[in-house]
Amino acid sequence: MAEIIRRQSSIISAIKNLRKVKINFKVKETPMGVFEKCLDCGELISKSKIKENSYTCPQCDYHFNISSTDRIELLLDKYKKISGHFSFVNPIDFPEYKKKYRENKKKSKLKEGILTVLGDLEDIELVVVSLDNRFFMGSMGTYIGEEVARAFEYAERRNLPIIIFSTSGGARMQEGIFSLMQMAKTSIAVERYHKSGNLYISCMTNPTTGGVTASFASLGDIILAEPKSLIGFAGARVIKETIKGELPEGFQRAEFLKEKGFLDEIVHRKDMKNYIYKILKFHGYRSCKDEQ
Amino acid sequence: MVIGVVKMSSNSKLKAYDRVELARHEKRPKVRDFIEFIIKEPMYFHGDRYFADDKSILGGIGYIDNIPVTFIGTHKGKSLEENVACNFGMPRPEGYRKALRLMKQAEKFKRPIITFIDTPGAYPGIEAEERGQGEAIARNIMEMSSLRVPIVSVFTGEGGSGGALALSVANRIIMMENSIFSILSPEGFATILWKDASRYKEATEVMKLTAKDLYDFKIIDKVIKEDIAFTLDNFEKNFIRLKKEIIKDLKVLMKKTSQELVSERQEKFSKIGGGF
Repeated sequence: MAEIIRRQSSIISAIKNLRKVKINFKVKETPMGVFEKCLDCGELISKSKIKENSYTCPQCDYHFNISSTDRIELLLDKYKKISGHFSFVNPIDFPEYKKKYRENKKKSKLKEGILTVLGDLEDIELVVVSLDNRFFMGSMGTYIGEEVARAFEYAERRNLPIIIFSTSGGARMQEGIFSLMQMAKTSIAVERYHKSGNLYISCMTNPTTGGVTASFASLGDIILAEPKSLIGFAGARVIKETIKGELPEGFQRAEFLKEKGFLDEIVHRKDMKNYIYKILKFHGYRSCKDEQ
Repeated sequence: MVIGVVKMSSNSKLKAYDRVELARHEKRPKVRDFIEFIIKEPMYFHGDRYFADDKSILGGIGYIDNIPVTFIGTHKGKSLEENVACNFGMPRPEGYRKALRLMKQAEKFKRPIITFIDTPGAYPGIEAEERGQGEAIARNIMEMSSLRVPIVSVFTGEGGSGGALALSVANRIIMMENSIFSILSPEGFATILWKDASRYKEATEVMKLTAKDLYDFKIIDKVIKEDIAFTLDNFEKNFIRLKKEIIKDLKVLMKKTSQELVSERQEKFSKIGGGF
């Protein structure tokens, strides 16, 4: 055992040395893309190990930032996309918005920061929406607002439960007042959905801020979060400037929000699927297996 | 040029930034002045029943043209002392909850609601976050959208961010000609986009935050012409024009069923920025 550990650490230190030599490597990338450094504890972990561990650090439970596709694949056994057709709009004619949009599209290989699917968790059918912060920091513009609202309508028509994984820097500045109005549009969609008697689970992930926190993400029947996620309305920098002082440790983290009474539970990503399944089942969304 | 029900005066030549300055001007009538002019015999009520009385939110009951109404507004204060007490018009969660309590009361007694908005936005502070600023705004927006009574919102000065929207999910939105309504303050906007708050003037010109911009976008319903008169002493004509329009809107809205009021209000907001 000691021999294995010794060999492992010598391999790791060899890799660390390699990184020092190859200064061209990006910070997160390691030789052959096999390893990734935990952004919290700094441990080098093999990518396959991270994936096996639901994209969390096996050492310190750090939750890596994941794409909307990975998030949905962790939760669902099968799914199909029901995202709408996106076309670029520039509602306030904001200078260079199209250029910025193209850059984001190229960098993230996404058309927008949202993915909506119809899928099965075990045998329970449901609608899942996942925001994606690789695109414009998951900021909510008119497209995201419209897709969130339509997802609620879709779920309502079919009497399905809906789960939304949020991650967002807030409203999309480049779409000005039209972005702000998406807070109203999405909250109205939640209001109508609630009246249908169906279940909406909101899960806030790192980070969820601004207009998304102040609209649909805070309006779930059940509100969950992943550990240590940054969740808040105002940004930390703005608050610091306003109060001219430092912020307490752990401020606006999921644990802080739970303590203050704004989250039902903090759920580790590894346990998320099972946790959500139990809630769905409790609310009468029975699987076919149970009926037989 | 005709905007809504009014003609633009010579101040149509003002630039967006001039209007921001006017909207924020310390001498400009504040929400309490608007309430005192427009609402007859206002009675002010206090507290959210959970935590505190947020003085940045004024609310209560009174008459407008003999119609009993509930009024709610964000007040910045008129002296430094009052500014501080009112937190410069930046509500904390208890302020939004106080507003919602009074709106629910209006719904129970079937009286229309008039909101007056003049706020830089919701207060960004530690205790505001601790008490759920995001949740309070979200809940106000959602609950307000389904209230079964007429709601008219008036932007009197500055309308900043979700903190303004939390009080303006209305059947009719009226803006004073020199009021603004924006996703964020121009300073905040410049900070986020260009990491440089000092570029706020430049931000103002591209943000499309004037009453005319919002009217052209069909986000608001009416613009009230303002005479070039920016202090309380000579604001009377502006108040009179506003009051007339509020009454006109109320009379139309009060003929509608509660179902019509809710569905029209929800539709109005649901179609903004759609069409994909």
